[in-house]
Amino acid sequence: MELPAIESRTVDLPDAVHPTPDAAVPGGRRDASLIPNYIVLILLLIFSLGPLVILTFNSLKTKAELAKNPLGFPQKIVFSNFPKAWEVGDFSVTTRNSLLLVAITVVGVLFFGGLAAYSLAKLDIPGAGLLTMYLLIGSSLPIQLYLVPLFFVWQKLHLVNNHFGLALIYIATQAPFAIFLLRSYMVQLPRDFEDAARVDGASEWEVFLKIVVPLSWPGFLTVGLVVALGVWNEFLLATVFLTEQELFTVVTSYNNFASRFSRDWTLTSAASLMMILPVIVIFLLLQRRFIEGLTQGGLKG
Amino acid sequence: MSAATSSPTPGVIHAGSRRKAVFRRRIVPWLFVMPILVLNLAVVLGPALSALYYSLTDWNGIRPPTFIGLENFRTLATDPSYRHAFRNNVVWLLMFLTVPIAMALGASSMLAPVKRGSLFFRMAYFIPYVLPSVIIASLWRGLLSPDRGIPGWLNDHGVPGFDKAFLGDPKTVLPAIGFVDNWHWWGFLLVLFLAAMQNIPRELYESARLDGASRWDEFKDVTIPGIRPTLIFMLLMTAIWSFLTFDYIWILTQGGPAGASEVLAVLVFKEAFRNFKAGYAAAIGLTMSVFVGIVISIFTLLRRRGWEI
Repeated sequence: MELPAIESRTVDLPDAVHPTPDAAVPGGRRDASLIPNYIVLILLLIFSLGPLVILTFNSLKTKAELAKNPLGFPQKIVFSNFPKAWEVGDFSVTTRNSLLLVAITVVGVLFFGGLAAYSLAKLDIPGAGLLTMYLLIGSSLPIQLYLVPLFFVWQKLHLVNNHFGLALIYIATQAPFAIFLLRSYMVQLPRDFEDAARVDGASEWEVFLKIVVPLSWPGFLTVGLVVALGVWNEFLLATVFLTEQELFTVVTSYNNFASRFSRDWTLTSAASLMMILPVIVIFLLLQRRFIEGLTQGGLKG
Repeated sequence: MSAATSSPTPGVIHAGSRRKAVFRRRIVPWLFVMPILVLNLAVVLGPALSALYYSLTDWNGIRPPTFIGLENFRTLATDPSYRHAFRNNVVWLLMFLTVPIAMALGASSMLAPVKRGSLFFRMAYFIPYVLPSVIIASLWRGLLSPDRGIPGWLNDHGVPGFDKAFLGDPKTVLPAIGFVDNWHWWGFLLVLFLAAMQNIPRELYESARLDGASRWDEFKDVTIPGIRPTLIFMLLMTAIWSFLTFDYIWILTQGGPAGASEVLAVLVFKEAFRNFKAGYAAAIGLTMSVFVGIVISIFTLLRRRGWEI
């Protein structure tokens, strides 16, 4: 059985890393002939960003105004929805929960994934092919296949309703992507430094920590960002494995919040905006790394 | 071992250092892999294998399971909600093999020749992809609501056919959820396709134009073959994901109204965590993996048959 190789994507899409607008582009027609293109692109822009603009408008309206004017610009701008949503949505607790999950998972994935990537990239590990095969198969197994038994095992181990327990699952499921991406960074590093260190008596552990990790930090950053985003947004596992309200993540608690206040769109809009603004800002600041990581690790929906 | 004990001279050092070298070459690499491998086996492979067994039992998650053979699969074959859910997965598959692919192909070939604002457009289309599903779902639940949403606005402004609750009508609920999911998904495809298009040699377009090719000819004779590996790969991934889709359906309708938008993943969730039929849920999950396996096999088979995909 041949599996869709994550790695093949890096081969297909070398430019996903550095999408240069000046690269050979189809066309190169004169600007005037691009007017139809711009019209279509702007319509699609409205399609993509319009809903987010309306969301922002609604977060700034009073309830009374929203009833009359659900889509347009607010006539009178109010900011009171934000502190109220923060309070009733229990955001101070859920943000802390989400950040904790993100932190444990990112550290775990980078550390343990980094170790495995180092072994695959630099240590000629016997059985590398088999290991790669296993990671590929494991990462394309549907989560619904192992979700149910996993839940009951975790319950026995007292890892349900436990942030650490959920983070362990995230670390395990995100690891293959992390390993492949980090490995592709590490393979490119010249061997000279490592060999010099080995001759000087450094252990593999020291070579990994003092030479390979510092040299492949962009890979670690990319993986860290993608994993952080994935964990921050994750819904299914967080719903199943955290059932106590005070452990909820931003996402799972928002889901409750949205059904509790489904009639109050000003409040849900303000809550939504508070949740997505940090994500959008971080994405825009580091868009290259995000896109590189997301397009190469595209095995997750 | 024997060499070290029988000859207590230079051989000891030699054997010792060789053992050390073997340790470093063969054991150390596995020590680096071990922690994550053990964790992955415990989280993914172990439970996946045990699901094979549980699918043959009447397990409810609490009491020890009783082996009932293929009973779950027999139930499944005659369960109308299973058949209905499977049909919805197929509808989902057909929707996602066409609409987002067409949108992303069209938009990326529009965007490829554009220089000014290219990065801006790309970022803007990509933003929905990084947002959490719960936010997107709740945003669109509002925007699609009949009284205050976009359909109502269109209806008030004389556009016919929009005076209904798209998420509340069994006939429209699945396409409506698909629309919402696609809103966040297509921009991701666009960025992938665009990156692939930028690798097509410019000369191919120039020579096509010298031959008097129209824009459509360029698209179908140069662009599509040029991005073929990416396109095929995403078609494959779409087909796989279509059998696993869960988030948007669960958040927006939980499979409703009256099961109209139920898919297999929703069924697994309900059977396992609402009806406590863990064995039956494992059986459904297993069939989902089989469908994924079939998709991958068809893909592989076509490739073996010489289709260049």
